[in-house]
Amino acid sequence: MPLLSVDELSITFTARGRRDVSAVSGVSFDVDQGQVVGLVGESGCGKSVTSLALMGLLPKRGVRLGGRADFDGTELLSLSRDKMRDMRGRQLAMIFQDPLSSLNPVVPIGVQVTEILKRHRGMKGEAARKEAASLLDRVGIPDPTRRLKEYPHQLSGGMRQRALIAMAVACAPRLLIADEPTTALDVTIQAQILELLKELVDQEGTGLLMITHDLGVVAGLCDQVNVLYAGRVVESAERRPLFAAPTHPYSHGLLGSIPRLDAPRGERLSPIRGSINDRIAWSDGCAFAPRCDFYTMECLTGTPQLTEPHAAGHRVRCVNPVLPDAAGAAADRTEAGA
Amino acid sequence: MSLLELNGVKVHFPIRKGVFVDRTVGYVYAVDGVSLSVEAGQTYGLVGESGCGKTTLGRAVLRLNDITEGEVVFDGTDLASLPDEEMRRYRRRLQMVFQDPLGSLNPRQNIESILSEGMAAHGIGADQDERRERIKEILAKVGLPSGSLSRYPHEFSGGQRQRIGIARALVLEPDVIICDEPVSALDVSIQAQVINLLEDVQESMGLTYVVIAHDLAVVRHISDVIGVMYLGSLVEEAPSDLLYAEPRHPYTRALMSAVPVPDPEVEDSRERILLSGDLPSPASPPSGCRFHTRCPWRQDTLCATDRPELRDVGGGHRVACHYAAEIADGRIRRADESVPATPPGPPSGADAQPAAAEDAGDASEAADEGPAERRPEPATSE
Repeated sequence: MPLLSVDELSITFTARGRRDVSAVSGVSFDVDQGQVVGLVGESGCGKSVTSLALMGLLPKRGVRLGGRADFDGTELLSLSRDKMRDMRGRQLAMIFQDPLSSLNPVVPIGVQVTEILKRHRGMKGEAARKEAASLLDRVGIPDPTRRLKEYPHQLSGGMRQRALIAMAVACAPRLLIADEPTTALDVTIQAQILELLKELVDQEGTGLLMITHDLGVVAGLCDQVNVLYAGRVVESAERRPLFAAPTHPYSHGLLGSIPRLDAPRGERLSPIRGSINDRIAWSDGCAFAPRCDFYTMECLTGTPQLTEPHAAGHRVRCVNPVLPDAAGAAADRTEAGA
Repeated sequence: MSLLELNGVKVHFPIRKGVFVDRTVGYVYAVDGVSLSVEAGQTYGLVGESGCGKTTLGRAVLRLNDITEGEVVFDGTDLASLPDEEMRRYRRRLQMVFQDPLGSLNPRQNIESILSEGMAAHGIGADQDERRERIKEILAKVGLPSGSLSRYPHEFSGGQRQRIGIARALVLEPDVIICDEPVSALDVSIQAQVINLLEDVQESMGLTYVVIAHDLAVVRHISDVIGVMYLGSLVEEAPSDLLYAEPRHPYTRALMSAVPVPDPEVEDSRERILLSGDLPSPASPPSGCRFHTRCPWRQDTLCATDRPELRDVGGGHRVACHYAAEIADGRIRRADESVPATPPGPPSGADAQPAAAEDAGDASEAADEGPAERRPEPATSE
């Protein structure tokens, strides 16, 4: 049984006198222990709001949640505030994108780390401080006892993100949700942080839900990948099949529009036309149809369903999927390697 | 002669203290002696991580920052010593595209006003009607509807705003455009559109670009020549393909190994060089080689004491490392290395990319590469 099982999650923002806005609808995925699951998509696709919903961090007013999220037998979405607070820390923890704004600027790092140990592990005084120092040491912060006394602004970006990871893993959570954990960092620091996350998953068996827009990060880290577009999963597969044969035109287009370090100079990119604003409601058809190179009238007849057009476990929400043999003719370099 | 030449450019920012009396207590050595040349019609890419001085250098070329020392020679004229008014006139020929497309457009000006302001200042077009015609042409070129003229920046999406930023540079018919992180604020699918647009207008208008970015993959895609910066100076410079195939400076190698490639085959098999620690403060840069505090190939002699100069190692490839030759032919190993040296770049899977050639070259390093051109220069300083 998976550690976390999200089933038909939907998130709708409501406001009086305004039309409801559906941010996420019908999103389902599982996270197993020791598994890294990726939620990938561009801004506005609903990936961050999904993570906030799972952590119970969305406001109760003005938000309507639907579906289920079972975490080891507990339904997260309907949990009361107090129960949710007990879940956080020991069971679930989250790492945010911007390490500076997720740390309290007027409280030393040490106090912020020990606070968690006190709240969730009942540790006190010296013992908590010692444990905090060993946590910072574990995530690779040099001279941890001195750092504990420092304030967030005295740490570099990479160091802050490490401190945040230390806080997230302080109570050995069983599921870690990382929302763009390396987007604000330089690539060499990003490599350090990703290595650290990999270690955590391998050694502790933590489940990791990785939310990112960077397909390069996904290729290196995730076991299972879900591509989101306009609030729905459009493609879901294991890492290798997904990159070898991106089947939804959106995933296919995304991969074609990224300049690759190992591609020869002068090879022209094939961008996806238009922008996320050019979309139709999922109820009328495929939201991606207005930007799609393969669309037909069939795309405008109701919501497409997730199907497995060419391989088991490789699910695609498209009526005209880009099948590997057909795409090969288009001289796609991603497939050339497979 | 090159269109744009930088000779020993330094930009130092004073650190001031004191409430009533300003005392200068030190300097931030943002750019500390950069020399490079950009050929007409080419794209020069500057890469480096945050704080390496790449943006400051780009701004210094346009004199948006004061230049502490050095020359910026554009088309035979040293811009660094020009009086302000003459510099202003030169800015018609040197334009800039900024990173933040919303922050660099005045929210209270409509697009026509934004685009015609520069034209009026530089005396392009006899009257507003003529300018409007010209602006419409350029808008079509950057892929914006001509109805955009009376609209305001907030009405556009991020990608469209960046197109406006590019149009603003283009209406002045410049020779050089300095693009500072032109796509980093944009979503992946939009990035590709803007990159293609930059390439198209370069071709049709014969522009020269200096592209500043932290994303090595983007820079490699559009640049003819790439310069890698670390802590205020260039550590390596080479034609794009050569730099990828044979990175010689330890920092470049680490940087390349850290760039994620959207391909699991590549990601699983490549060698990673993890750098320890963070970028040192540019206010008190390390002695000797700026990179020696984090360098996995650091040696006991020279590295901490002598600052390496950029040396030509052949084929337009310049490296600022005392031990570049020794590292390249494997005589110096990384401190943390347990296995024999593997190729520096991401070794590609089975596909026939140029990486394949590099693989072949590097795998049999000693045998394949003629030792003749890799003379074991005993790294004399300067």
